[in-house]
Amino acid sequence: MKQLAGMPQAMSPVVTHYCPGCSHGVVHRLIAEVIDELGIRERTIGVASVGCSVLAYNYFETDFVQAPHGRAPAVATGVKRARPDTVVFTYQGDGDMAAIGTSEIIHAAARGEKITAIMYNNTIYGMTGGQMSPTTLMGAVTATTPYGRGEEAGHPYRMAEILASMPGAAYVARTHVADVGNIVKTKRAIKKAFELQLQGKGFTMVEVLGNCPTNWGITPSEGNAYVMGEMLQAFPLGEFKDVTKGV
Amino acid sequence: MTENMHLTMMKGNEALGEAAIRAGCRFFFGYPITPQSELPAYMARRMPEVSGTYLQAESELAAVNMVLGAAATGVRAMTSSSSPGFSLKQEGISYMIGSQLPCVVVNIMRGGPGLGNIQPAQGDYFQMVKGGGHGDYHMVTLAPSTVQELVDLTMLAFELADQYRNPVAILGDGLLGQTMEPVRFPGMKEDDAEKDWALTGAKGRAKRVITSLELNPENLEAHNLKLQEKFARMKANEIRWEEYLCSDAEMVVVAYGTAARIARAAVDAARSIGYKVGLFRPISLWPFPSAGLARLAQNGVQRFLDVEMSSGQMIEDVQLAVLGQAKVHLYGRMGGVVPTPREVLHEIQKVMGGEAK
Repeated sequence: MKQLAGMPQAMSPVVTHYCPGCSHGVVHRLIAEVIDELGIRERTIGVASVGCSVLAYNYFETDFVQAPHGRAPAVATGVKRARPDTVVFTYQGDGDMAAIGTSEIIHAAARGEKITAIMYNNTIYGMTGGQMSPTTLMGAVTATTPYGRGEEAGHPYRMAEILASMPGAAYVARTHVADVGNIVKTKRAIKKAFELQLQGKGFTMVEVLGNCPTNWGITPSEGNAYVMGEMLQAFPLGEFKDVTKGV
Repeated sequence: MTENMHLTMMKGNEALGEAAIRAGCRFFFGYPITPQSELPAYMARRMPEVSGTYLQAESELAAVNMVLGAAATGVRAMTSSSSPGFSLKQEGISYMIGSQLPCVVVNIMRGGPGLGNIQPAQGDYFQMVKGGGHGDYHMVTLAPSTVQELVDLTMLAFELADQYRNPVAILGDGLLGQTMEPVRFPGMKEDDAEKDWALTGAKGRAKRVITSLELNPENLEAHNLKLQEKFARMKANEIRWEEYLCSDAEMVVVAYGTAARIARAAVDAARSIGYKVGLFRPISLWPFPSAGLARLAQNGVQRFLDVEMSSGQMIEDVQLAVLGQAKVHLYGRMGGVVPTPREVLHEIQKVMGGEAK
């Protein structure tokens, strides 16, 4: 008999703290499934960041270290350099990676660190109560853009495309998890990133567009519609770097 | 370099690097800043020879967090900087202490505040021994005054870091870093201690998590109490100082690092003209050798002269140690000005009055 469903071994059997309807849990599960399928649970070390996913270490059955805000790629660099035989991934939000951690992620990519960075981009600081992040869309109302994000607050920028331009990047993609088909595609991208890390090809990163119903103040289904609507306009999906395809 | 019994002529910064390698450190994460730049340069050259890793980070912040990552896997790791850069290390130091991760951090001080200059100074005493970063914490801070002592204390620093699972600081200044002196190195030490907390991949065991986060206040207080117990053990066991000509001294100069070296020459000069003066040199700045100073005060030393290359920071600890039993005078120079033995002698004479015999 073949088991068709069940909890991945790499996922801890606990209830997460994430809000109802939030997609963080979906992305966690995809990573855990990939770890299981590649048979690397016992050699994987995760690096948690600061933000809603700060407690990610409670949800994976792998070794984990928690990094200061934005520094996960630097911590991951230290882990991987010290233990090159391990598989190292960071799990960061848009605030952590695209604001305070810009320097660390750019240089980890430039050096071609053999790590996998997962960015959950929901265009907002969730843990601190819904403030504008660098990826917040123009006009969006947040706790710190009460009249909508305007010119004076700058424009959202595309982290995946920037990282894809770094010489050390082996694989960089943007996906979303707002419908089933794209959840499957996201898993494929994450798996490819881990595989290329295992092959020692270089830095790998997947930017996953996800929702934040609580801080957006809308229902989960409205949130997923926002991801597939306005967010996809600002953040096009794609594989921006793939050394196996010469892209 | 081979294991040797003979003396090697070396700059402080480079000797420090060699000592770290001898102590089993194979991971160095650096960033250029004067006057410590010879240390990363030495590591960049030397690490490949011992199958170690030298990595130049994009910032001091990144470097200290790379140390955090490496230390989390149980290896001996180090980073170094100088005053302005060391300010940036504080984030990682606080996190590593909260996460109970061992490492060695080096601060080769220069003039401040701000960008200051690149001359030797001691203005980072408060930053090193009174916290620096956020939260309730301490780290053993060792202040060598010669290149040989720099080597010996660097070896010790790695041992203490592992023993307490806490960062240990080496505090020098630009003069010590740049000075060339003959040094003797101990042999290579293997870093082979089994660390039952290190992240190596959860193979055949439960997963391990290294974090400084604890959302429940009672649990975080319990964690803090555990850290405090550890700091208390450091205080009980890791106090180090040196006394020079203190047994019959009527007045004692208190100084550390480069200032102590200068003060020692001044004490010799003062003795040669009949002043009964000694030198008390704290080697561990935290924990501070308060008991040693208190004993001198109890034994009748009425006057202390605190000499620092700062506005007077350590003097607060000296005053606390003698608790009003003796008068504590200050001679502090700032901005990278290094006092001469003659100037210190002049201060000694001022404090002693016309009492030379």
